Amino acid sequence: MITEQAMDAATITSWMREIETSVRSERDYLVQLDAAIGDGDHGTNMVRGFEAVVQALDGEAAAPPGRLLILAGRTLVSTVGGASGPLWGSALRSGGRVLGDQPTFEGGQLVEVLAAALASVKDLGAAVVGDKTMVDALEPAVDTLRTELAASAPLATALGEAAEAAETGMRATVPLQARKGRASYLGERSIGHQDPGATSTALIIRALQRAVSAAG
Amino acid sequence: MAVETKARKFLNNPADLVAESLAGLAAAHPDLLRYDAAAKIVVSKGAPKQGKVALISGGGSGHEPLHGGFVGIGMLDAACPGEVFTSPVPDQMLAATKAVDGGAGVVHIVKNYTGDVLNFKMAAEDAADDGIKVTSIVIDDDVAVQDSLYTAGRRGVGATVLAEKIAGAAAAGGADLATVSDTVKRVNERARSFGVALSSCIPPASGKPIFDLPEGQVELGIGIHGEPGRRRESLGSASDVVDVMVEAVLSDLKPAKGARLLAFVNGMGGTPLIELYLLYHEVDRKLRAAGLEPVRNLIGSYITSLEMAGASLTVLELDDELIRLWDAPVHTPALRWGI
Repeated sequence: MITEQAMDAATITSWMREIETSVRSERDYLVQLDAAIGDGDHGTNMVRGFEAVVQALDGEAAAPPGRLLILAGRTLVSTVGGASGPLWGSALRSGGRVLGDQPTFEGGQLVEVLAAALASVKDLGAAVVGDKTMVDALEPAVDTLRTELAASAPLATALGEAAEAAETGMRATVPLQARKGRASYLGERSIGHQDPGATSTALIIRALQRAVSAAG
Repeated sequence: MAVETKARKFLNNPADLVAESLAGLAAAHPDLLRYDAAAKIVVSKGAPKQGKVALISGGGSGHEPLHGGFVGIGMLDAACPGEVFTSPVPDQMLAATKAVDGGAGVVHIVKNYTGDVLNFKMAAEDAADDGIKVTSIVIDDDVAVQDSLYTAGRRGVGATVLAEKIAGAAAAGGADLATVSDTVKRVNERARSFGVALSSCIPPASGKPIFDLPEGQVELGIGIHGEPGRRRESLGSASDVVDVMVEAVLSDLKPAKGARLLAFVNGMGGTPLIELYLLYHEVDRKLRAAGLEPVRNLIGSYITSLEMAGASLTVLELDDELIRLWDAPVHTPALRWGI
C-alpha cells in the first residue's frame, strides 16, 4: 500500500484546531440535538474541551504526534466531564499510544490510530453499532478508511470517504432507539432524533479530512 | 444596561455560576466546609479525620443542595461538583479522595449516569494507583427507567440523599470501609423513586428550556437533568398524580406488609413547600392504606433540577439499624438535626 503523504505533529495540531472551530460553529446545533434526547450540554462540553486541547497543544510544537494525541486525550478527560470526556479522552490516548514517539506516520498507521480509538470507546462505553451512539459514526469511518487505503486511494480521498461514512452513520441514528447513555432513558421516545455523540464524531472525522487536505 | 437574562436568572457570567455559587456556600458555612476553587471541590472542615472512612460524592451541578450542601458532619466529607448537568472530571474526584482520606478508605457514592460512572471509574483507578483504598457504589433507584440490556440502567435519584445521610452516620460511628460500603448498597437496594414534572428547567448556558410541556400536561418518569420522561398525560388532581407515584414505587419495591418506611417527598426546585406537604399528605395516607408504616420522612427540595416544577417520591424500607443511622446527628448546610 502506498500513501503519498506523511503526517506529523503539525497534522495533529491542525486536526485539533479544525475540531475546535467545527464544534464551536456547531455548538448550538449539538446543544439542540442533545436537548431533544439528553440534557443539552453536549455542544458546550465539546467546545470547552477542544478549546483546552488547542491551548494545551500550543506550547508543544516539538513533541511527536503520538504524544500530542495523548496530551489532547488527557486534556479532554480533565476538562469535558460527562460521558464524552472519558470516551474521547481515552480514544485519543489509545490512538496516541499506537504512534509511540515516531516523528511521522502514514495512512496505514492513521487507520491503526483510529481503530485503537474506536476499540477504547467500545470497551469503555460497552456500545456497538446500532446503539445510537458515537460508535455509529466512528466505526464506519474507520472501516471505510481502511478499505479505501487498501484499494490504494489517495489519503485525502480516503479520508473524504471516511467522513462521508461517518455522516451516513450519523444520519442512520435517527430512526434508532437509544440503548446507551442518557438517551436510553427515553425508550421509544428517543426514536426520530439524531444522536449528538454521533454528530460530533462526524464533525471530528470531517475535521481530520480538512487537516490532512490542507497540509497536502 | 442590565445584563440580558432571557431566563430571568441571577447571573454574572453564566460560565461562572457554579464557582460563584460554591464560593457563596463556603462563605455561608465556614464552620462546616471550605471550597477549594483550584481543585473545584467542597471539603468538610474536619477532613481528613484519621481512622474514619470518608465519603465523597459528586455529579453535575444544578441539583442543589446535592451534593455540596451535604458536606459537613455525619454525611459527606467532600463533594465534586461538575458543570451544570455535567459530570465532574476525574481530577476533581481524585483531589477530593486525597483531601479526605484518613487512612481508613474512601467510599465514592456514584449516581448511575454514564458520565458519572465513567469519570468516577477513572478516578478510582488513579486513587488505587496512589495507594488509597476506594470503593465505588452506584445508586440506581429510579423505577421510571427499565433496567435492561437496552438502557444505561436505572438512574440514581432520591436514594442518593438518603444513602449519603445514612452511610455518613455509619462512617461517623466508626464503621469500617466494608460496612460503610454495604450500608450504601443496602439503602440503594431498599429504596425506589419516581419523579414527575410540571415544567422543564432552563440550563443557564443555553438559556432555553430543555423540553416544552404544554399547559395542563404532566411529564411522568423524569430524571434530575431536565431530560424528558417516558410519557406525558393530562394533569389530574394531586391525589391522582400521587397514585401513579406510589404505585410505581411500591410495585417495584414490594415492601413486606407492615413494613416501616421512610417517605421522601422531594421538590424539583420550582415547586413550593406548601405543595410538597400537600403531596406528603397524600403519600402518607396512601402508604398507610396499603398497610405500610411511614415512620420517618423527609420533605423539601434536596435533589433538584434547577427551577423545574415537579416532585419525586422516594420510599426506603427501614430496619432498626437504618432508623438508628437516619436519626443520628447530622450537621450540613442542608440537613441538620441532633447536633
